[in-house]
Amino acid sequence: MIEVENISKVYRDGEIKFRALDQISFEIKTGEFIAIMGPSGSGKSTLMHILGALDTPTSGTYRLDGRDISTLNDDELADIRRNKIGFVFQSFNLLPRATVLRNVMLPLVYQGVRGEERERRAGAALAAAGLDRAHFHHLSNQLSGGQIQRVAIARALVNDPTLILADEPTGNLDSKTGEIVLGTFKKLNAAHGRTIILITHEREVAEYASRIISIKDGAIVGDEKR
Amino acid sequence: MILADLLQETYLALSANKARSTLTILGIVIGISSVIAMVSIGQGAKIQIQTSIESLGSNLLTILPGVVQPGRGIVSSGRGSAQTLENEDLEGLGRIDGVAAIAPELQRRFQVTAGTGNNTNTTVSGVSPDYAAVRNLTLAEGAFINESHLRNLGRQVVLGATVATDLFGDGSPLGKTIKINKVNFHVIGVLAGKGGVGFSGPDDMVIVPLSTMQKILAGVDYLSTISVSIVDKERMNEVRDRVSEVLLRQHRVSEADFSIISQEDILGALSQVVNTFTIFLASIAGISLVVGGIGIMNMMLTTVTERTREIGLRKAIGAKRRDINRQFLMEAVALTFLGGVIGVILGWTVAFVVTALDLIQTQVSLASVFLAFGVSAAIGIVFGYYPARRAAGLNPIDALKYE
Repeated sequence: MIEVENISKVYRDGEIKFRALDQISFEIKTGEFIAIMGPSGSGKSTLMHILGALDTPTSGTYRLDGRDISTLNDDELADIRRNKIGFVFQSFNLLPRATVLRNVMLPLVYQGVRGEERERRAGAALAAAGLDRAHFHHLSNQLSGGQIQRVAIARALVNDPTLILADEPTGNLDSKTGEIVLGTFKKLNAAHGRTIILITHEREVAEYASRIISIKDGAIVGDEKR
Repeated sequence: MILADLLQETYLALSANKARSTLTILGIVIGISSVIAMVSIGQGAKIQIQTSIESLGSNLLTILPGVVQPGRGIVSSGRGSAQTLENEDLEGLGRIDGVAAIAPELQRRFQVTAGTGNNTNTTVSGVSPDYAAVRNLTLAEGAFINESHLRNLGRQVVLGATVATDLFGDGSPLGKTIKINKVNFHVIGVLAGKGGVGFSGPDDMVIVPLSTMQKILAGVDYLSTISVSIVDKERMNEVRDRVSEVLLRQHRVSEADFSIISQEDILGALSQVVNTFTIFLASIAGISLVVGGIGIMNMMLTTVTERTREIGLRKAIGAKRRDINRQFLMEAVALTFLGGVIGVILGWTVAFVVTALDLIQTQVSLASVFLAFGVSAAIGIVFGYYPARRAAGLNPIDALKYE
């Protein structure tokens, strides 16, 4: 489902070239729960941007659902993100002035889904992410960190994506809340068959996944199934 | 993204910072309301001029001796010295189809003295009985010049309202005697005050029989103007051409030695002055509108910077360049449009108050209201364009990292 072949990403700053990713190849099948683990500066963020269709590689091919998306333009990438990818960020990135429900509906707004259908799907996503219905009309500043991150997970789920990308989702949470959030991911993978890629620098977090790809200096240094 | 969602996003964004939105809108409000108020004052002035000119007779052709060229005044000979209009011209003019009445007139300025010792230098007009009807004159008291006065070289005089006050104060001048150029005249009537425009309004003149004027006071046989009133306003141009033909034939000349001016010509000239004045006022008000627009742009640029992360997020979950562009453009247009609505209401109120206080006549035209809405929306688009483009062009990765 995801095929990454010889992907490189080179940043140029005047004369200086920086190779963030160097000839990376791997495959991910539907329904896998993968952690991409590496220290900061290892290139894992760059890899996440490419996997999340936020960026394109300098060379190599990236096929998502059989389509090569490594050469698309901005708007075509936006289409891919809208229909096939759900993001969960370390800093949540909810809209502070919008209700929980409105936040979760946002991807559907851009998809052009309307009215009741939109509300129904947002409600279902929130339920799947484990947020109580009582909070649906709250603003994000009325929620706890764990609840906020579950809203963000629901937002990532709502467009029924091929792939959920979580970038250090527990980075801003205490360890107990972090466990609950990671448990939510595990449940989504086990019970709903979601494909999840977790980006982290922590071994304990990575161990929630069923496969860990370790990356260092832009290259894969380990790929273990558990 | 459908319109309803776009409007909801816009509302959320603008209501998030009410103080800032309000202050930004204020710039547009001031601009739009001053444009509306200024234009309404200009329109009011125009209408005022129109009504006062129409009160002098709107279906009137005035024939003057000599040639008047538009914008250059009288060439070849001054109006006072040109002597091309004569009593013989009247008969031919009277036979033209569509002419209701003809009022010949000879004007001179003379010293007028009353028995009270008051005296004034005013315009003395020798006229025929039709003059009152043609010029829309009404009498406050007494009677107007009639045919028998005309036939007998009568020494009767009708006073204009101002002259009557100048000579006799508040007392009634009827039956009194005044001296015009040392000749005694008997006051038989006083005109109702008209408050007309210009320097030669009927308030500041005295009226005597035309024959008396020509033979006794001035000692000439020509006319200074002939006023022709027309049956139907629609036939103004047709009658004007006929009048011209008749006079050319009568005077046996190929090129006109007279001028025909309609009230519309005068109205046109004055309207042009007022229009220029209105445009001048409106452009000053327009400048404040531009300043308001710059305020909008300033606020939108600040907003885009503040909401960089939000823009990054929106892009990450699938918003296209176009979606972001529309969202921010919509915010700018919503600000200016709201400012436009409030500005129109405020400008209207100002115009209303100015009229109510009897300062100046105003008239808010629907066109200026629509124009104000159009302009305010256009300002939103023009000044929102650059900030929106900047927002839409942000790279989602950089935007998400922005602190």
